[in-house]
Amino acid sequence: MPAPIIRTEHISRYFGTVKAVDDLSLEVPAGIVFGFLGPNGAGKTTTIHLLLGLLEPSQGQASVLGFDTRTHSDEIRTHIGALLEFPGLYERMSAEDNLDFYGRIYQVPAPDRRARIKELLNHLDLWDRRKDQVGNWSRGMKQKLAVARALFHHPPLIFLDEPTAGFDPVSAAALRNDLAGLVAREGVTVFLTTHNMIEAEKLCAQVGVIRQGKLLTIGNPDELRAREGGSRAEIVGRGFNEPTLALLRERPEVANVELHGDHLTIQLRGESEGRRTEIAPLVTLIVQSGGEIEEVRRGKASLEDAFLALMEEETK
Amino acid sequence: MRDILTMMWKEWKDVFFQGGWRSLPRPLLVVGVIGVYIPLQLGPQWVDLSPIAILLLLWIPFFMIITFIGDVIAGERERHTLETLLASRMPDRAILLGKVVTTVLYSWGMVLLSLLLGLILVDLFRSQGNWMFYPLDLLVEALALSLLASVLAVSAGVLVSLRVSTVRQAQQTLSVSTIVLVFGSVLALGSLPPDLVSSFTYSQFLLIVMAVLAVLDAILLGLAMASFQRSRLILS
Repeated sequence: MPAPIIRTEHISRYFGTVKAVDDLSLEVPAGIVFGFLGPNGAGKTTTIHLLLGLLEPSQGQASVLGFDTRTHSDEIRTHIGALLEFPGLYERMSAEDNLDFYGRIYQVPAPDRRARIKELLNHLDLWDRRKDQVGNWSRGMKQKLAVARALFHHPPLIFLDEPTAGFDPVSAAALRNDLAGLVAREGVTVFLTTHNMIEAEKLCAQVGVIRQGKLLTIGNPDELRAREGGSRAEIVGRGFNEPTLALLRERPEVANVELHGDHLTIQLRGESEGRRTEIAPLVTLIVQSGGEIEEVRRGKASLEDAFLALMEEETK
Repeated sequence: MRDILTMMWKEWKDVFFQGGWRSLPRPLLVVGVIGVYIPLQLGPQWVDLSPIAILLLLWIPFFMIITFIGDVIAGERERHTLETLLASRMPDRAILLGKVVTTVLYSWGMVLLSLLLGLILVDLFRSQGNWMFYPLDLLVEALALSLLASVLAVSAGVLVSLRVSTVRQAQQTLSVSTIVLVFGSVLALGSLPPDLVSSFTYSQFLLIVMAVLAVLDAILLGLAMASFQRSRLILS
């Protein structure tokens, strides 16, 4: 099995008495998009700063691309690409000068820089605007250019810190598509922080969930969804009383029942083992107990459901 | 060295030549006043590099640097470009020195241009028939002094810019500091015993000022380099 591209062992980082990252241990395999999910202030950005060697951990140790973050942070920064909280573009410079500058930083020879600028800007449909001052561009165009900058020197690993934060759904989807295309084409490992579950679901092969600096869980999105209960039945109607809910809860195929107004949600067991749980007997039971059903839907827990359930569990 | 040149390339494109030829009026105004108007007013006094000429030449670095150093240092943070730069392989020292060297060369270049233009104009329009040139010893001292003054202004500018959050704050603080420095220097010079002052020649006096500036440069540049560290900047 190949060595993980990122490995952290019990790293913590304190700011005064605040634990921004708390005993974080994780391994990210090479060649995947790893999603690091968490609410605002969970410690995602601090984790990136620790992995880039911009901050030293208060405890524990970490390695990126085999380099220790404490002792070889220069090596790490030489071999990675990063798009952090802000695009970090020089808005008074042109798009090609922005890319050229980072090409010079990574000591890419001049002919290769020119070819790479053309390749990336063409791929992102920005070539015709290469002479424009970046300050005149839309937010989406700037973010695309920032992704191109992170990939410019062919790094094996890139860090993307909430790349679609604050975008409208259409722009976010467009950027996500460009990002997915570029990542697949370049064969790069991506460490992506986000609190956008759609983004994580579409892009990530593996996700870790962090809250208040602590890693709550790690796995692929399917596993996380399965942990939340896999499938469920959503029933809309009237007359769902407490005795009916109690009868449903006694059924072996039912994991949980929740009633919100006229919406009854029944979490089903056993779906994750490949069996399909029948919901017709449950519908019959409700009708026999006096319930009136208008609509029945079978659904799967989304990553967002799994994420919210995890957050709720932790709060309890 | 390659990294410093890369930073200088970026600063030139981003800050000093940001609007192409449209960015020229500001420096041209300074050179127009100090390198054209003043020499034509002073005439041979300019070519003799009298104290007033030297003082005006020393003012150029401070004026230029107040305008630019805040943009170069605090501007990176204000425009959120610093974090990305710090996440790259560019060493701290190369980032700082690239910014310092570009700003010093820019302001010193203005001094050289003013000296050249002043000489040509005085010779063309205010000479009494013979071709005049700056006294060589005073010219060398004037060049060294203006270079040292540029380094001083840039180093102080870096230290101020690292402690404020916006370009405007940096420019305001540097403007006030320059006024304090000018008046402080005048007061300090005025308080020197006349016997002491008259015991030195003009050239010797400039050499002493150079020595003082060199010491201050070394201290302030050292402090700037010690302050400009990734681990501190990322938290600021």
